[in-house]
Amino acid sequence: MVFPKLSAVAAVVASCFTLVACGQKEEPKVAAPVPAAPAAPAPKPEVTVKIGHVAPMTGPQAHLGKDNENGARQAIDELNAKGLEIGGAKVKFELLAEDDQADPKQGTLVAQKLIDAKVNGVIGHLNSGTTIPASKLYFDAGIPQISGSATNPKYTQQGFNTAFRVMANDVQQGKALGEFAAKQGIKTVAIVDDRTAYGQGLADEFRKAAETAGIKIVATEFTNDKATDFKAILTKIRSTKADLVFYGGMDAQGGPLVKQMKDLGLKAKFLGGDGVCTPEFMKLGGPASEGNYCSLPGMPLEKLAQGPAFRDAYGKKFNAEIQLYAPYVYDAVMVMAEAMKRANSVEPAKYLPEVGKTHFEGVTAKIEFDDKGDLKSGAISMYQYKAGKLEYVDTLGGSPMEAAKAEVKEAVAEVKEAAKAVGEAAKEGVKAGAEAAKEMAKEGVKAGADAVKAGADAAKAAVDKK
Amino acid sequence: MDILFQQIVNGLVQGSIYALVALGYTMVYGIMGLINFAHGEVVMIGTLVALSVAGLLLQLGMPAAVAGFGGLAAATVVCMALGWGLERVAYRPLRHAPRLTPLITAIGMSIVLQNVAMLVWGRNYLTFPAVAPKAQFEVAGAHFTAVQVMIVVVSGLTMVGLLLLVYRTRLGMAMRATAQNPAVAGLMGVNVDRVIAAAFVIGSALGAVAGMLVGAYYEIAHYQMGFMLGLKAFTAAVLGGIGNLAGAMAGGVLLGIIEALGAGYIGDLTGGFLGSNYQDIFAFLVLIGVLMFRPSGLFGEKTGDRA
Repeated sequence: MVFPKLSAVAAVVASCFTLVACGQKEEPKVAAPVPAAPAAPAPKPEVTVKIGHVAPMTGPQAHLGKDNENGARQAIDELNAKGLEIGGAKVKFELLAEDDQADPKQGTLVAQKLIDAKVNGVIGHLNSGTTIPASKLYFDAGIPQISGSATNPKYTQQGFNTAFRVMANDVQQGKALGEFAAKQGIKTVAIVDDRTAYGQGLADEFRKAAETAGIKIVATEFTNDKATDFKAILTKIRSTKADLVFYGGMDAQGGPLVKQMKDLGLKAKFLGGDGVCTPEFMKLGGPASEGNYCSLPGMPLEKLAQGPAFRDAYGKKFNAEIQLYAPYVYDAVMVMAEAMKRANSVEPAKYLPEVGKTHFEGVTAKIEFDDKGDLKSGAISMYQYKAGKLEYVDTLGGSPMEAAKAEVKEAVAEVKEAAKAVGEAAKEGVKAGAEAAKEMAKEGVKAGADAVKAGADAAKAAVDKK
Repeated sequence: MDILFQQIVNGLVQGSIYALVALGYTMVYGIMGLINFAHGEVVMIGTLVALSVAGLLLQLGMPAAVAGFGGLAAATVVCMALGWGLERVAYRPLRHAPRLTPLITAIGMSIVLQNVAMLVWGRNYLTFPAVAPKAQFEVAGAHFTAVQVMIVVVSGLTMVGLLLLVYRTRLGMAMRATAQNPAVAGLMGVNVDRVIAAAFVIGSALGAVAGMLVGAYYEIAHYQMGFMLGLKAFTAAVLGGIGNLAGAMAGGVLLGIIEALGAGYIGDLTGGFLGSNYQDIFAFLVLIGVLMFRPSGLFGEKTGDRA
């Protein structure tokens, strides 16, 4: 089916041309009416590209798993609607969604299942604990893997050229959190983690950063990723009178934990990483979550050029709010599809080298990988739980911040120019109205109004960007 | 010292919930020798029904107390029906099958109920409506909330009610007779089917109460919350001597306290070698210990009047 017939070869050449064009312009609307080679308008062969996606679809983190899958599905539906052509064949992406229950054992089982199903690439898994063991299997099978959410540093440090992530790792995040705590004037901290690869990894990195910043670790306690009762460990922490409880883990435990801190009369503040930086956390934590801080890799969606549009499209499609990682998973799929396009092949072995060379303007960041497969410029943003919403506080590290600053500058310049233009246009319009016939006046006023409107739009866009 | 007291309070509250759930296991086991592994799921359904109904009543503008009792009443009715249905569909047809068969149906029903709950209530964690009083107290350095007091009081009253039912009513007498020998009880004019159904219904009602209390306490609910709770309560029932009512209550409270103290002190006791991540092993260490040294449980010798 993939063997090109002689007549199709011409078409291949033609489609290659269009592909290059698409790649350069990045226009979403290119419905590409391929100028079929004059000789042969032969029907194009169709290729199905199987993209495996793994996340917990059952169990305590099922809400996040569903969110990830939605992100992947949105990317794949968009790609299919666009109608890509790779290697001369019309490409249809197909999502093979698997459930690993956030369980490392199950993670390797479904990884093998995907490999047996001959997937062209894998997006996921969600948890570091499942991603790391599974990445060995994908590496052995030569299948590229991009995770949108596994932040444990070990994932990309195993020397696997198939492992990539489109999110800052926990070394970066732990460091930012530790420095942030010191800046808040925290002197003593109790660390709790859920003993998963993610929770433990983040807690360890936070500990290093906190100790470097001169914070004293007064207690280290543990729980698990299915627990609901934390009173026993919190009682112990209370006796240490720590200023801060740091939690390495997910929202389903973090929410009840912060609530029980309040029940037990702890005065300590709460701090956590991306796993607790969700609307779900605030829902579960209730008023107890108010005023505390958490961090997320990357920049807030509303501060990114394509962010608000993505949020709207997601909301419309799934009738749900983005939980956490959906935009990252969306980017992961897009990065993979881009690499296939550039390599002009959907064969894992052929497009794998291209994944590493990615320069992609994603929803979440400008995506470029270092030699390990980590995101090159991982920014970390801090948020505060305020009035039931996550309020953006600050971004630490990473060049995306610089990029954003430059963008803001540009936008300001644009606004200034637009304002000037508006003034002039209005003046001209009025002048024309006074001097010339009615028709002319109308036109002038209209032009002026349009210019005013355009100026306002530009101003609004600039403000949004800020 | 205030830590010790606080840990005992924590354990007592947790243990009261274990005890209520353990009663459901022990009643069914006492009468028909079956471990109803779907009982944890009945509790879960109770929580979720209470959540939905209480949430709805709150939306309609009812006061919190009314909403709370409304939720409890709805949960109790649904769970009783569920218990009756479970017995009817999954266990009665297997009454004379080998003992392993109904055990497997029980596990099957547990999976079915989890998935039904997932379809109805979704995968997300749900927030239980704030129906419980919010007051906080501090006594001798231990902080506790009105909900915690309520949990201990309500479970205590419920257990006393159950004991009265089993030892002071005709139905209770029929239950005890069936527990001793179903065939002979049948010959004496006891409707064995009805007694067994009653055990399921009553056990499920207790499960509904427990479900409501768990929901009000942690203020979260999830379709998989029944599994671990069920497992711990089962351990409590075995600890006290499965089939023995007083044993289930004592076992539940004891297990709660052992867990709280274990999690609180294991680090100090082992010099930091074992941390609080070993919290859950206490329940199962206790289970193994009991099974090895006292297979019939702490109160197990009174097998004569298992309920």
